[in-house]
Amino acid sequence: MPTPKILPCGDSALTVEFGSTIDPALNAMVLALDEIVRARAPAGLIETVPTYRSLTIQFDPALTDYDALVGLLHEETKDLAPRHAVGRRWRVPVVYGGEYGSDLEEVAEIHGLTPAQVIDIHSSAVYRIYMIGFLPGFTYLGGLDKRIATSRRVHPRAKIPAGTIMIGGEQAGIAPMDMPSGWHNLGLTPVRPYAPERDPVFLFAAGDEIVFEPVDASRWDAMEKAVKAGEPVAEEVRL
Amino acid sequence: MIDLVVKSCGPMTALQDRGRFGYQGFGVSPSGAMDRRALAMANALVGNPPDMGTIEFVNLGGAFTVEGGDLHLAVAGAGASASIDGVPVPPLTSFVLREGQALEVGHPRTGTFAYLAVAGGLAVEPQLGSLSFHLRSRLGGLKGSPFQAGNRLPCRPEAQAGEPMQLTVDVLEETGPLRVMLGPQDDYFTPESIHLFLESEFTISPQADRMGFQLTGPKLEHAKGFNIVSDGIVDGHIQVPGSGQPIVLMRDRQTAGGYPKIATVISADLARFAQMRSGTKVRFRAVERGEAVAAARQLKDWIASLPSKLTPVRFDLTTEHLLSRNLIGGTVDALSSASHE
Repeated sequence: MPTPKILPCGDSALTVEFGSTIDPALNAMVLALDEIVRARAPAGLIETVPTYRSLTIQFDPALTDYDALVGLLHEETKDLAPRHAVGRRWRVPVVYGGEYGSDLEEVAEIHGLTPAQVIDIHSSAVYRIYMIGFLPGFTYLGGLDKRIATSRRVHPRAKIPAGTIMIGGEQAGIAPMDMPSGWHNLGLTPVRPYAPERDPVFLFAAGDEIVFEPVDASRWDAMEKAVKAGEPVAEEVRL
Repeated sequence: MIDLVVKSCGPMTALQDRGRFGYQGFGVSPSGAMDRRALAMANALVGNPPDMGTIEFVNLGGAFTVEGGDLHLAVAGAGASASIDGVPVPPLTSFVLREGQALEVGHPRTGTFAYLAVAGGLAVEPQLGSLSFHLRSRLGGLKGSPFQAGNRLPCRPEAQAGEPMQLTVDVLEETGPLRVMLGPQDDYFTPESIHLFLESEFTISPQADRMGFQLTGPKLEHAKGFNIVSDGIVDGHIQVPGSGQPIVLMRDRQTAGGYPKIATVISADLARFAQMRSGTKVRFRAVERGEAVAAARQLKDWIASLPSKLTPVRFDLTTEHLLSRNLIGGTVDALSSASHE
């Protein structure tokens, strides 16, 4: 792996860039370095922001010795071992198709598949959370089967409901709240990755894994009620 | 408990402190006060630490009353004034609002953002470690909402004993171009575009809010396309989408984004930039890290020095000023009649 680049972000931050593409190997390096920087907590560290391919480190310029920080990063990235191990795997129940996933049939048609095949392909994969961003709790998931990878919609929607299970290009995601989207809606989950009034506020973290479990629409009301009572409903799967 | 009661205010009037840190990895913007210098000044005047949560006004002022006791308050930022029962309070001076009196905070005059601090802060629970209101996250403020008429904001009675104070500061009124450091993606632009960026005048467009300020000016050409795989964003990043028109990202920005960022406004110049209104012309000047860090340290020292620049409000002021500070109570009539002789 080539030496990562250190990019200046003004006087209060820098970005360690491992590459410029969406690549699980790069992401594993990002998460590995994130863990190290947080553990070593250099003076003045404010916070770290892992993304697909880079780690942004924010600090107080009056407290942080920039050269020392850069030195530490060079040292720690020299023999960095990727962090492939994931802390948790989550099973997320999804009601696919119909009023729950209005684009399921269209996606099936585009790929010459039946809706049942699309559901089967989508729910057979293990997805990795590369990063959380754009909105609180919005998970960017890698691991979508190329057979159902679908270009974004020509006409984005101004609003899709919270819990929408969607795909866009080779990415997959779960809408944490009502949001605008140009992705395709395959289904709906009552699970809320982000709930400011719940403890924990965030269910998932970057590096976690997600599997989707197709469930019958008859279970929707009960699941939704449980979520409203503050239960996660997403189940942690013991590996 | 003493309540500060909101009689009227603008739609984006909300609580802001220094910001919410530690959750950007979960997609939560730090938010926080747009002008940290004014935040610190309002807080210093009532004896609060510099980053305590205050009421941020955006473009519009507001009207308030108090119930259950008296409050020690101060207004700072963008030349916004305060008046009590129609009598103006001198600038950068704290005051006591008594039950039955009406406080009016005027529109920010020389910028966009002003702050009303209450001694001891508001007795409101922080969310994820901060009081800062962030619209998209439904966090901070009053349970994820800005203020509106009728809100009762609980204050701490034990913190209201302080004397009215006056702040005498050398206001850091820098002029000249905004200082930036190039990067993180300056290599995505042609050398001509970098030159154009540093040598041209840009205008702040009407699309300027707590998330970011859209600028209009000469079109900046990308050397290798305008899509990057999303990476981290910080306050002051200047991103350039396909239109070639830069956007300066501010406190309510997203945590990650997919446009190349040509440069970053240095932290010490962000408050000045935040107070520039739509239509203001701006230029940028590239500086090295040394100058940016020195400016950041200078700002930090300036904020730390504010409490030493307070003096108790003096008693040799005009009748009107004394009135406005409620300092002389029953002697007002005597003084007024004396002044007419």
